[in-house]
Amino acid sequence: MSAGTPNNTNTALHELGVAQLAAKLAARAVSSVEATQHFLARIQQEQLGAFLATDASVSLAQARAADARLAAGERTPLLGVPLAHKDVFVTRDFPTTAGSKILENYRSPFDATVVSQLGVAQGAGMVTLGKLNCDEFAMGSGNDNSAYKPVKNPWDMSRIPGGSSGGSAAAVAARLVPAATGTDTGGSIRQPASLTGITGIKPTYGRCSRYGMVAFASSLDQAGPMARSALDCALLLSAMAGPDPDRDSTSLDLPAVDYAAELLAARPAGAGDKPLKGLRIGLPTQFFGAGCAPDVLAAVRGALAEYEKLGATLVDVSLPLTELSIPVYYVIAPAEASSNLSRFDGVRYGHRAAQYTDLNDMYKKSRSEGFGDEATRRIMIGTYVLSHGYYDAYYLKAQKIRRLIAQDFQTAFTQCDIIAGPVSPTVAWKIGEKSDDPVANYLADIYTLSSSLAGLPGMSVPAGFGAGGMPVGLQLIGNYFKEAQLLGTAHQFQLATDWHLRQPPSL
Amino acid sequence: MSQTQPAVNPFAEMQAGRPTGPLVQGYEVIIGFETHTQLTTQSKIFSRASTAFGAEPNTQASAVDFALPGALPVMNKGAVQRAIEFGLAVNAHVAERSVFARKNYFYPDLPKGYQISQFEIPVVQGGSVEFFLDGEKRSVRLVRAHLEEDAGKSLHEDFIGMSGIDLNRAGTPLLEIVTEPDMRSSAEAVAYAKELHKIVTWIGICDGNMQEGSFRCDANVSVRKPGEPLGTRREIKNLNSFKFMQQAIDFEVRWQIEEIESGRPIQQATVLFDPDTGETRSMRTKEDAADYRYFPDPDLPPLVISRDWVEKTRSEMSELPRVMAARFVKDYGLPEYDAGQLTLSKATAAFFEAVAEASQQAKLASNWVMGELSRRLNIEEKPIEASDVSAAQLAALITRIADGTISNNAAKQVFDALWTGEGSEVDAVIEAKGLKQMSDTGELEKIIDDVLAANAKNVEEVKAGNAKAMNALVGQAMKATKGKANPAQVNELLKKKLGT
Repeated sequence: MSAGTPNNTNTALHELGVAQLAAKLAARAVSSVEATQHFLARIQQEQLGAFLATDASVSLAQARAADARLAAGERTPLLGVPLAHKDVFVTRDFPTTAGSKILENYRSPFDATVVSQLGVAQGAGMVTLGKLNCDEFAMGSGNDNSAYKPVKNPWDMSRIPGGSSGGSAAAVAARLVPAATGTDTGGSIRQPASLTGITGIKPTYGRCSRYGMVAFASSLDQAGPMARSALDCALLLSAMAGPDPDRDSTSLDLPAVDYAAELLAARPAGAGDKPLKGLRIGLPTQFFGAGCAPDVLAAVRGALAEYEKLGATLVDVSLPLTELSIPVYYVIAPAEASSNLSRFDGVRYGHRAAQYTDLNDMYKKSRSEGFGDEATRRIMIGTYVLSHGYYDAYYLKAQKIRRLIAQDFQTAFTQCDIIAGPVSPTVAWKIGEKSDDPVANYLADIYTLSSSLAGLPGMSVPAGFGAGGMPVGLQLIGNYFKEAQLLGTAHQFQLATDWHLRQPPSL
Repeated sequence: MSQTQPAVNPFAEMQAGRPTGPLVQGYEVIIGFETHTQLTTQSKIFSRASTAFGAEPNTQASAVDFALPGALPVMNKGAVQRAIEFGLAVNAHVAERSVFARKNYFYPDLPKGYQISQFEIPVVQGGSVEFFLDGEKRSVRLVRAHLEEDAGKSLHEDFIGMSGIDLNRAGTPLLEIVTEPDMRSSAEAVAYAKELHKIVTWIGICDGNMQEGSFRCDANVSVRKPGEPLGTRREIKNLNSFKFMQQAIDFEVRWQIEEIESGRPIQQATVLFDPDTGETRSMRTKEDAADYRYFPDPDLPPLVISRDWVEKTRSEMSELPRVMAARFVKDYGLPEYDAGQLTLSKATAAFFEAVAEASQQAKLASNWVMGELSRRLNIEEKPIEASDVSAAQLAALITRIADGTISNNAAKQVFDALWTGEGSEVDAVIEAKGLKQMSDTGELEKIIDDVLAANAKNVEEVKAGNAKAMNALVGQAMKATKGKANPAQVNELLKKKLGT
């Protein structure tokens, strides 16, 4: 495949964010085919392990369709802009593995709702560049649980990019794609966004359809966009959100919102302007304790100081059950996963053992061979906590605490409009550092799990750098359905700072 | 909200004071039922695939039914509608909020590795089914009825050394109806099942086709000495005919008594009935019982049913069989037995009402619908809708019996002529066959005198008080008139002449 015409316009294409590239496409300064070729050429060279599947002929066909729409005069905000999908979204045109051997070479006969909403055929007109690596069935926080290959952090190739949407985060950070989809069950959009210096939002549970997302934990899974800026995320989320009553019973019955419109109306604050005057940002004491590394805290506090400059008020709030969110999450999510992953039995599709003696042997061998360690571990934990005699003590109790955690947030939101804190207690760690210690991995989810359990929307916004020059993200958590407020708050910060524009030095 | 099994059988308390049935070898038989009724929706309970029976394997299954990655269930409102109708038909509580749960187990015809069912909070709670057994009114209490999806089918015959899987049935909506252990004999169990079958087909939520598996019963059977706690039960699965139901329960009861009498305690087990041998055999015992790891399905929000929905359904439902039967007793003065028989199906009831209204002879109409008409329909295996004698014809015939024009026997000849198509108009048939009753008293008196003269011995016996001899005289007189006389009139004249 050609690497695209080496001219000044094209070499700069990957430097552009979604909004900028869309403007260039709308002006017909570049075609979607040219943009697609440019990104495909970069993807072909990538050393990060971010992609699991590409198909140039498919992507270019989509680009041509987008160009046709552009030629016909259509001007919509995402038309012709390329992106890639986390490999837990099923796609008709690319294989879908969810990062697992058990789905090797699986091809879905239908597209996920989010994929078709963003796509060229029926949706916003974005071109799919391929499928992005992730932890197996979205289980992990380092992307080292992918059955195919680990993903490397473009800021430091010896480090993890975070997970489970690690491929999405690394690809956006390395400018292999202008934007990507991710999924967040317990922090899988926010944490890798934080560790790779990009922007990502997990909307309110149910805001985006789950139809066509390979299910991990149904009551927690939520799709969201990952891009360089809040504005780019807003553009994508406007296309991804919305009810899907015929296909997902848990999708919210709320109309899609044009999240970008308000952001585009905002103007950079002039000297002395207080665009966020009146905004109360709540800081949970539990998010600022000894568990958080000093370099991360320093960056987060720097960002909060910036918010004060923009007019926001910082108030202390308390989320007393924060620590319990880890055991609660690691009961509920594996319980649901153990059931959701039962369909991978080797009977209808996916991996089936070559040799077996009877039905049970086929199940055991197919699943043992097909699932990696972390998926196996969670299936076993989940099976245990749902078992006769343990259900009340684990699953039921976890559900009760989950409700209390959600109540704690509502109490906090009586004192503030938005909650802020770190996303991850540390910057990205070295590949292999926590591979043999699942509990250490689980503990690193401490700041993202509670809002997931409550079903609240949350974001990661680039806030500076910590140890080793690694990015640090600021987490913003909003109340239910307040994605617009979250994105607006992040956007104001990004108008005033340039953390989100920083690129990995290797680029 | 607990999965823990209570240590004490909760049914024991509920059974206090319940009537006992006939003892079998000194044992009381205790039966409870679980019935899977397939609902008559066009599409599946959680997908839009068709529920039609008999298609090519795997042609009526969608991504949801195949459990493809990313597919999610969406509730079919029609299935809920039918559950509400059932709840109202059996005077149950229709829950404002019920919860779908996953029943987890691995089997090739269960594509998701779990069945979506309702566990702790079912949609229909309580209620009862009432029916007559040997003229006695019985009531079987329902515990619950819950919505769930059916599994697919494993095909073992067509593949050498392998099994095929057909997922056309996967996701078919079922309402599982569970009773208290209120039945005390196989006859009562069958009567219950027939009544339940009548209700679900009457209100149209189930086609009732037992051969195709639309109405499948599992019977929980145990025995005990009267007054003792409930015995250990065994569950007979998939009884798909009323005949097998009775055979299976009778065999199971005898088997259990024999085991106990031989000093072998009953083990909780699931058994299958083999119609060829007439025996039940164990499929699995409690030891191999799976732990289903039930938990609320996070893909489906709780099922919320508004009072408005329930009341709207109530107002739109047609008259229920037991209500109609009560009306037949009240308005037509029919015995309860007749009313019960006539309301076995909507069509029978409608036919009866048409005949009764047109003839204004309700009891005669009931006798004829339940008697001659039903007999002919059975012989020719025809539904009442296809009857060769119309309600109007039968009403005309009954009118002629009531006004004394023809005798009951003559009426049967007319009915036969109408049925075979020999004639179509009642009066014309009566005329053509010369079946009109003798109305000339003088002529009849002469014949009776002849009969009395020719049967002196019978006359003596009648005078001596032998009622049978009287019948013989009536018979002779009827014979002499070739059946044209009115038997009541003959009787009256005979009595007068004999001075009895």
